[in-house]
Amino acid sequence: MHDLEKLKEALIVGDWKTASAATQAALAGGVAPLTIVTGHLMPAMDEVGRRFECEEYFVPEMLLSARAMKASMEILRPLLTSSGAQPVGRVVIGTVKGDLHDIGKNLVAAMLEGGGFEVIDLGADVAPERFIEAAATRHADLVALSALLTVTMGWMKTTIDAFQAAGLREKVKIMVGGAPVTQQYADAIGADGFTDSAGSAVALARKLVAA
Amino acid sequence: MNPLREWLAGGLPIADGAWGTELQARGLEPGAAPDIWNLTHPDRVEAMARAYVEAGSQVTLTNTFRANAIAMKGDLDAVNRASVEISQRAAAGRALVFASIGPTGKLPMAGEITAEQAHAAFDAQAASLAAAGADALLVETMSDIEEARLAVAAAKNTGLPVIVSFAFDSGKNKDRTMMGATPEAVAAAMVESGADAVGANCGVGVEYAAAICRRLRASCGVPIWIKPNAGLPAIEGTAVRYGATAAFFASHYSALRDAGASFPGGISHGTLRVALWRRLLSLPRRLSSRRMDREPLQQHCSARVPRRQPKRLRHEQLAQCRLKGDEKSGPGGCCGSAPDFIRALVNARCAAS
Repeated sequence: MHDLEKLKEALIVGDWKTASAATQAALAGGVAPLTIVTGHLMPAMDEVGRRFECEEYFVPEMLLSARAMKASMEILRPLLTSSGAQPVGRVVIGTVKGDLHDIGKNLVAAMLEGGGFEVIDLGADVAPERFIEAAATRHADLVALSALLTVTMGWMKTTIDAFQAAGLREKVKIMVGGAPVTQQYADAIGADGFTDSAGSAVALARKLVAA
Repeated sequence: MNPLREWLAGGLPIADGAWGTELQARGLEPGAAPDIWNLTHPDRVEAMARAYVEAGSQVTLTNTFRANAIAMKGDLDAVNRASVEISQRAAAGRALVFASIGPTGKLPMAGEITAEQAHAAFDAQAASLAAAGADALLVETMSDIEEARLAVAAAKNTGLPVIVSFAFDSGKNKDRTMMGATPEAVAAAMVESGADAVGANCGVGVEYAAAICRRLRASCGVPIWIKPNAGLPAIEGTAVRYGATAAFFASHYSALRDAGASFPGGISHGTLRVALWRRLLSLPRRLSSRRMDREPLQQHCSARVPRRQPKRLRHEQLAQCRLKGDEKSGPGGCCGSAPDFIRALVNARCAAS
């Protein structure tokens, strides 16, 4: 268990080298890949999210933790795939058309991955049809839309409307976020959920896929 | 002597307001980069800048917030040069042109771009803006000290005065940048990097600005640029409106001045940007004769607010601004009334002087 505690601590403090080594050591010690993810990686990233929520952590700390988490996942992902383990859910994520600001989206994507989701990251400046295509072909449970600017957030509504028009609105849950976005706006455009930070995005995503 | 200090030697001059949402009100499509309009719709950009100058702006910025090679594609040299020329035409000698340099939108610390790439992008933009004749460079809405260092270093290469301004919108007291930097850390790092003025813009609201300003002031000896957010955007249906009225914004004028702001003003996520500048009206002779009408501060004020009853008239004026603001509709409602904010600030300054 020593290696697993070390892994959790490494994720929280953002030490990717230790995270990588501790993951290897745990596997060598016979711990199942899925146990590492659900029992240690996810709780560690939940703690990172909690610290971010409490504003003990800011973006740099979160980025370091995300990097450590990814280092561990690089090792675990092939093993998870070959063992047939299912992700918590499948998320298509991107910033809406016209919005090149992807720092927040990247943090949410990292937190979702650390939270056990399979993340299909379409990047920045994503047109509605690309969201629709990815959600349909990859059988996504969830679509996550990000916008930083009041001048681009209108594309969230356009994208949700496009899902409606494509007859796919009932097939996916759509969550939205970004600096100017509010719960009120999310409700007005017909989104299924909203969070105001990367830390709380995982809890929302879990709630939405469970619903 | 530092030109900024010379410019600041006498009063509180006023800058301009929103660009992005104002251009949307003039037909810019949501999601399109406003900067492109410098080439495709220069007449509309100029009309907008002129509206600010006519409302009393004595500093006008440029429509170049995103025009660096990492945030945007295209002929950026042309975009940057055109914007300075547009703002100069709008200013027509009545205002100075401070050219805007925004962040790359990528984090060097996360390994998304290298420091060399960021520096090269800032260097090219600063060179274009300077070559076109900008009076100063404004590095704004920064959150990462390391990225800002690169931008300031590039801007300093032009020989122009450099102002660097951060967005403080995070932390329990909304006194940290997104990256967690405090006003003290920002001030120390930026002065060390050679910035001629440091400041805060955007953020979460004008009511938080005085405290930030005081801490910046206490942390360094350079002039302080303050352009707080006019309030968080409120959503009505699917339209975005900004909560703060011109009256609310202008009511914080004295608090900012007392907190040591050299240049208080306002912004809201690229929508409302109003900066008051101390004594822009008494510019150094060379600059003022080139750019500005030599109108004494008091004369400028008295033309707008009769000195006998400044308070009453101020409130009437502000009430009028509020009415105009409320009448506006569409995305960025109060942003649409940005020239009214400028007028309210001009009046608040006059009433306070």
